[in-house]
Parts: sequence; C-alpha cells; structure tokens
Amino acid sequence: MKTLVWVEHEGGAVKDATLSAVTAASKLGEVHLLVAGEGVGGVADAAAKIAGVGKVHVADGAAYGHALPENVAPLVVDLMGSHDAFVAPATANGKNIAPRVAALLDVMQVSEILSVESADTFTRPTYAGNAIATVQSSDAKKVITVRATAFEKAAREGGSGTVEAVSGAGDAGLSSFVGAEISKSERPELTSAKVIVSGGRALQNSENFHTIIEPLADKLGAAVGASRAAVDAGYVPNDYQVGQTGKIVAPEVYVAVGISGAIQHLAGMKDSKTIIAINKDEEAPIFQVADIGLVGDLFKVVPELTSKL
Amino acid sequence: MKVLVPVKRVIDYNVKPRVKMDGSGVDLANVKMSMNPFDEIAVEEAIRLKEKGVATEIVAVSIGEAKAQETLRTALAMGADRAILIVSETEVEPLGVAKLLAKVVAEEAPGLVILGKQAIDDDSNQTGQMLAALTGRPQGTFASKVEVEGDTVKVTREVDGGLETVSLKTPAIITTDLRLNEPRYASLPNIMKAKSKPLAQKTPADYGVDVTPRLKTLKVSEPPKRQAGIKVADVDELAAKLKALGVAA
Ligand SMILES: Cc1cc2nc3c(=O)[nH]c(=O)nc-3n(C[C@H](O)[C@H](O)[C@H](O)COP(=O)(O)OP(=O)(O)OC[C@H]3O[C@@H](n4cnc5c(N)ncnc54)[C@H](O)[C@@H]3O)c2cc1C
Repeated sequence: MKTLVWVEHEGGAVKDATLSAVTAASKLGEVHLLVAGEGVGGVADAAAKIAGVGKVHVADGAAYGHALPENVAPLVVDLMGSHDAFVAPATANGKNIAPRVAALLDVMQVSEILSVESADTFTRPTYAGNAIATVQSSDAKKVITVRATAFEKAAREGGSGTVEAVSGAGDAGLSSFVGAEISKSERPELTSAKVIVSGGRALQNSENFHTIIEPLADKLGAAVGASRAAVDAGYVPNDYQVGQTGKIVAPEVYVAVGISGAIQHLAGMKDSKTIIAINKDEEAPIFQVADIGLVGDLFKVVPELTSKL
Repeated sequence: MKVLVPVKRVIDYNVKPRVKMDGSGVDLANVKMSMNPFDEIAVEEAIRLKEKGVATEIVAVSIGEAKAQETLRTALAMGADRAILIVSETEVEPLGVAKLLAKVVAEEAPGLVILGKQAIDDDSNQTGQMLAALTGRPQGTFASKVEVEGDTVKVTREVDGGLETVSLKTPAIITTDLRLNEPRYASLPNIMKAKSKPLAQKTPADYGVDVTPRLKTLKVSEPPKRQAGIKVADVDELAAKLKALGVAA
C-alpha cells in the first residue's frame, strides 16, 4: 500500500505532528510525502531525510503558501491516483484539508486515529475521549488524520527520499489569505512540550497568568496552557486551549492550576504521564485523574511553590 | 442572502458518556439530548447576520431520527425561519450528511452555510469541509469572526498558532469555533411561536442519496482508566515530588 502524508511545515521546518503522522502511515505501507507551499525547496530536502520516507512530492507556488484547502485539496486528489491512503496530522490545518480531500475522493475519513489495527481498521476517540471506537473502513482508498500524541515521532534523519516536483492547478480562485495573528513565545510549543502548566477560570485575569502561572512555567521550562473558561474570558489567546475542542497534549508532567476537570478539558490532557492538580476544592473532578494533588488557594501556594524550586 | 444552518441532536455536553456493557456503543437511553453546542453558535451567528440585515432568511436543517425535530424547534425558537428534517433512523456518517446537505444547498441556494466545527458525539470535524468540497465552495473553518462584505466573506479562524484571516468568495461554507459568539436562549414566547413555523419532513431517498455507512464500528470501549493518585499535604511535599520527577531543581 502506498500512503501520501501531507507535510505541515512552518518557518522552513517540518512540524512535529507530521513526524507522528509518518509513523502512523508507515504502519500502512510505503510512505510518500507532499510538501506544498511557497519557497519550500528546503522543507522538501529536510522531509526527504525523515526516516522511512520514499518519494517527496513538492508543489511550490504562491497558491500553496498558506495551506488554503481550496488549493491544496485538488493537488492531493491528483496525487491520490497513485496512492492508496492519504494521511494528515490532526492539527488545525490537517483537519481543514483532509475532509475536503476525502469528499472529493468519495471517501469517509477516519478522524484522529489512535492506532492502526490493520490496513483498514483503526481506533479513534469519540465522545470527548470517553468512548474509543474501533472502526473498519470499506472505502477503496483511505483518508486518515492522526492524533500526534498517540504515535512516536519518526526520526528527522536517516531517510533518503527522492524529491520530485509536481505542478497542480494552482489557485482555485475561491479564497485568499488576508493575515495572521500568531502568538509569539519563547516557550516550548504546547503540543510538543515535556511540561505544561495550565491555568483555569480561577486565575481571574490575564495579569494573574503573567504573575502566577508564567513564573512557575519558567521554573519548569514549561509551556503554558489553559481551560476553555480562561480563553473565553480573554485571560489568554485561543491557541492556549487544551481539550476536546482545543489542543490534545500528553506531556511528561501536566500541572492544572485552578481547573475543575470538566470532561472536555480532561479529553485534551488525560494521556499526560503525570498529572498534578492544584485546586482549592478537594472535591474537584480533576483530582480523580491527578497523580499528585494539592488542595489549596492557588494565589498562595503557586508563588510559594515557584519560590521553592 | 439566505443562510442554511445544519444542526445535530447529540448527547448534552453536561452528561458523562457511558459505554454500553456489550461494547456496541454509548448508552443514550434516558440520557439528556441537546443541540450540538457548536451548532447553537452557528444558529446564533445566522440570527445576528439577519439582525444586521445581511441575511434575509434562515433555514435550519437536521439529519437524524424523528426526535431531531426537537432540535429544529430549538433552532426555530432561537430565530430560524423554517426547518427541514431529513429523517433517518440509522446513523448517517459525515460524508452522507454532507451529500444530503449538498442537495439541500442545490435546492435552496444559500449564500452561506454555517455549521458547527465538530459534533461532540463523534468528534469527527468533517462535515463542513466535505460540504464545501461537494459544492465546490470555499470554506472558513473554526471561525471566531465572520464579516460579510459584498460578495466576499472575511473569516477569522482559530488555528494552532493563534488566529488567521481568510477572504472567501460567496457562496461559502463556514464552521464555528467556541469564540464566535454566545448563543442566546430562546424566550418562552418564541418557543411558542416556533411551534407554528414550517418544518418539512424528508428522507434521504427523496434526495436520491445513498447514505450506507462506509465505516463499520467493530467495537466501542472505555479508555484506560486513570487511578486517582495521592494528595500532598503542603507545598514542600509538592516541590519535592517535582524534583523527584526530574522537572525542577
Ligand atoms: C462544546 C464544548 C467544548 C468545550 N471544549 C473545551 C475544551 O476544549 N477545553 C476545556 O478546557 N473546556 C472545554 N469546554 C468547557 C468545559 O465544559 C468547562 O466549562 C471548562 O473546562 C471549565 O474551565 P475551568 O476548569 O477553568 O473553570 P471552572 O469549571 O469554573 O473551574 C474553576 C476551578 O478553579 C477552582 N478554584 C477557584 N478559585 C481557586 C483558587 N483561588 N485556588 C485554587 N483553585 C481555585 C475551583 O474550585 C474550580 O474547580 C467545552 C465546553 C463545551 C460545551
């Protein structure tokens, strides 16, 4: 079986979630990649070095610059003539593109797989991760998105793929990129961080995120996350949200500060190796999944903890 | 401009889903069901567009069992003008839903279709993108802001790194994210009024769409359970634990 993995890249580098998608794809068969973008020669060369990769198809052009699904999906559909499965990381961009490809191919996508059981059978989370479904696809071709935390990352080095240029139809003329407001941070990225400190509604404002959560995160070399309630209230930007409908994370250590532990939040972090919860309510559901819990007022205990590390 | 809003009847978000003992699915007997929260946001956005004079008519559509009528009545009570129910007692997958919606789009010719980005039961996050593909329309997914300007719509999207804005030619497909708006509650008089708003009943066969599932669910199981751990007595103990984990000095 030949698989085609859509490569997500940023600033000339292949993103981590793609490496997990490559691992999932390698369980299905030969792995080919698609690098689409503007000025992506370097990305293609880097992608060709990923362990286990065969061919790297490169579509270089302005139309592919911002991963617009209207332009990228037809490109993928063309290449699917000679591939049996399309695999994308279940990131915002992957989720935007893959279903458009699936429908054009008349395929029912299997979203956010956790495992590859066989060439046509996969497990995937449903109901905020409270029910894991094993599904078998009867479609001739497969379209799959991959939950990055469920698969090891393929090695960035060791492969010797060949790079081949493809020319697609270019701009479909339906959509254009206007601009982006990307959060800048010196911290590790949420989805690849080893340690995460997340704050909830209890933080009360963005100032407290700066003065209470960030110093602890600094001490731990951690990324900063948040509950939906904290994002909705404007304490932190939307890209901090961890959960069923936000980011899925599985760090070594996840510290939940002033987060109650709603199922929608747990869905995004319960595969963390060690969960630490700080909450003033000893009955808070977060303690049912926490390995280590501290009952206390975060405004007192977090600064004290930070000072002792 | 007409706006089409597809809505789905799902388990209420406050209910903790329980997997059936026989592994055949999630137990929905006697469980509270509601409109998918992202679809409520979609209905609200359509109503706001109508209040701004951008939308002229709001058509809500649902695909599901006969009880999905209740969900459509909720949409009507919030402010949709009329509804279409496509009844299927068997589950229709996102691809089948998108095919049915594509037929409705062909009939109704809406300027915008606004859907939820995902349903909180199957968590697929596909239908809007698929509908966009099948209708050849552009898609603005995970929207946190929607601005209609002439024959384009500017959509601000929640992406992994923050926010991104795209400009789409209308007609277009939009899927909602959590920050787009806060849906209103239907008032009692509006709930009463909704009862007499038109609701058409159809079947997939009426549209000539084959909705045979492509995915077969072999088994549904509970995820591995986490055991509750220990509670530490004070900050010193927690600091010691963090050091033992090797993440702090
Ligand atoms: C469709 C949908 C999707 C959703 N998706 C997500 C998602 O992806 N991610 C997500 O997180 N949520 C999501 N939610 C929201 C979720 O249901 C909860 O509302 C949310 O997670 C609650 O956030 P919280 O824990 O910060 O707030 P709360 O539930 O209000 O909890 C605050 C906690 O702080 C504690 N506290 C208060 N003061 C202090 C103090 N001084 N010191 C210590 N502790 C204190 C309280 O005891 C409480 O436990 C979603 C909801 C819906 C409907």
